[in-house]
Amino acid sequence: MKVAKDLVAASATPMVLGILAEGESYGYAILRRINELSGGELDWTEGLLYPLLHRLERLGYVEATWQSVTGERKRKYYRVTDRGLAELAEQRRQWDTVVDALKEIWHDRAPLTVNPLEGLA
Amino acid sequence: MTEQDGQEELEAQLEQWRQYVLRRKELQPLDVDELEDHLRGSVDELIAAGLSPDEAFLVAVKRMGSLDELSREFAREHSERLWKQLVLTADTGGAVADRRSRRDLWAMVICAAGAVVSVKVPALFGLSLQDDSSFYARNFTLFALPWLAAFLAWRRKARRPVIAILVALFALGAVAANVYPLSDTSQSVVVTSIHLPIALWLVVGLAYVAEDWRSSRRRMDFIRFTGEWFIYLVLMALGGGVLAAFLFNTFKAIGIVPQEFVSHWLLPCGAAAAAVVAGWLVEAKQSVVENIAPVLTRLFTPLFTAALLAFLVAVVWTSHGIDVEREALILFDLLLVVVLGLLLYSLSARDPLAPPGLFDKLQLALVVSALAIDVLVLLAIAGRITDEYGSTPNRAAALGENVILLVNLAWSAWLLLTFIRRRKPFAALERWQTGYLPVYAVWAWIVVLAFPPLFNYV
Repeated sequence: MKVAKDLVAASATPMVLGILAEGESYGYAILRRINELSGGELDWTEGLLYPLLHRLERLGYVEATWQSVTGERKRKYYRVTDRGLAELAEQRRQWDTVVDALKEIWHDRAPLTVNPLEGLA
Repeated sequence: MTEQDGQEELEAQLEQWRQYVLRRKELQPLDVDELEDHLRGSVDELIAAGLSPDEAFLVAVKRMGSLDELSREFAREHSERLWKQLVLTADTGGAVADRRSRRDLWAMVICAAGAVVSVKVPALFGLSLQDDSSFYARNFTLFALPWLAAFLAWRRKARRPVIAILVALFALGAVAANVYPLSDTSQSVVVTSIHLPIALWLVVGLAYVAEDWRSSRRRMDFIRFTGEWFIYLVLMALGGGVLAAFLFNTFKAIGIVPQEFVSHWLLPCGAAAAAVVAGWLVEAKQSVVENIAPVLTRLFTPLFTAALLAFLVAVVWTSHGIDVEREALILFDLLLVVVLGLLLYSLSARDPLAPPGLFDKLQLALVVSALAIDVLVLLAIAGRITDEYGSTPNRAAALGENVILLVNLAWSAWLLLTFIRRRKPFAALERWQTGYLPVYAVWAWIVVLAFPPLFNYV
């Protein structure tokens, strides 16, 4: 089973921000971490990751620094900023709403009294 | 294969990959650095898992997926990169290029400031724009062009002999403009004011080509430079006009009329500075934008050809001789200049190795019809130059130009024809045009230096 492309794209920002919230990291390591977390089910490409990182950098959610590793090789490290953490909190709230709502439906526990999607508006 | 060899080969492969990826304009060197680090991370992991370096490289590249898709995603985030940016802000070309463009910027600012100061220096000696307009008309290019030449010579790191020649020629220009006892209303003042800029522009050309003045390619570069420079100048003039209009009208609205400031400071200083800035823009953006002059030529060559042919047909149809007014010769000189310009700028953008095509035939038609019209005009004029007004500097200069352009275009038409019939390579036409440049220079200097004494300072 592979996760649909739209879903991957939609979850990309909170995923990256969440990983960076664990600590400073760089592109390849972020991709590995995503792979590890999803058991290889999330199909992330470089074309998704790097432009996304650049966008988050432009929006001020992450900061980047070039650091040199072994010899002439250099690596771009990303770190989440306070604004990035605020954004992560907001996205997390929205995702929780979605996930909770889905759980309600699928596990068929309690009858629905309110429209759970209201929180999204 | 030893481990050492494998490592070296891997480095070579990575370098190759890097060069390949760098060709994408969506991906800039820093992005490629980042992707290379990614690729190396992937390769290292695969090697650790037991693959040989070249196997690991292949798998890692394959995993990165198609480059098309990658650059499309980058383009979506960095759409500004597809629009070529001005070098002022773009700092992506690496530290050396960056430093170089910064130094250019400073040199340009200094030269533009020099041009502005030069415009205002004569005012210190009591020469005002209002009362001594003929002095400014004769000298204006002498204020701006030496600074443009200085900027170009500095950029080319011109050697002493070239610099000495440049200085001598500009000094000669200053002498020609100012030593002859010409009254403000004389024809020679007008003739000098028109021809001195041409002479001096070709001196700028010398600064442009510097040591390579014999090279046909460099001369062609100067022709390209001229076209782009002119277009930038026109664009800046448009902007300057809008600025001046706003300045004038907003201040007028609060009861201050900045007439003096606009006409004596903003316009002359702005024009002098714009000449230098335009040169810098062309140099800075040289490799960055597609040239606009050839595009305009492509657009207008068919239209001009149609207009000239229509005119010829009308002349034959109505059998109405061309009515040669006083200004007719100048008008038809200008027509030849435009046709020559159309020819030059399409030459400058043409791939010299491409076979003759429809556009070349169109150009031949353009040149031939211009020549036919010009011959008609010359026939109409032939009788009149001697009898009615006698020969004046104006007429002599206009006639000289006509002959020079006629010779150029006639031979160009012949070369175009032989090219279309595949007798001669295209380069012959290019060499003819670049070789002809000194003729304009010599003629402009003759007009400027010899005409006033020849015509008794009329």
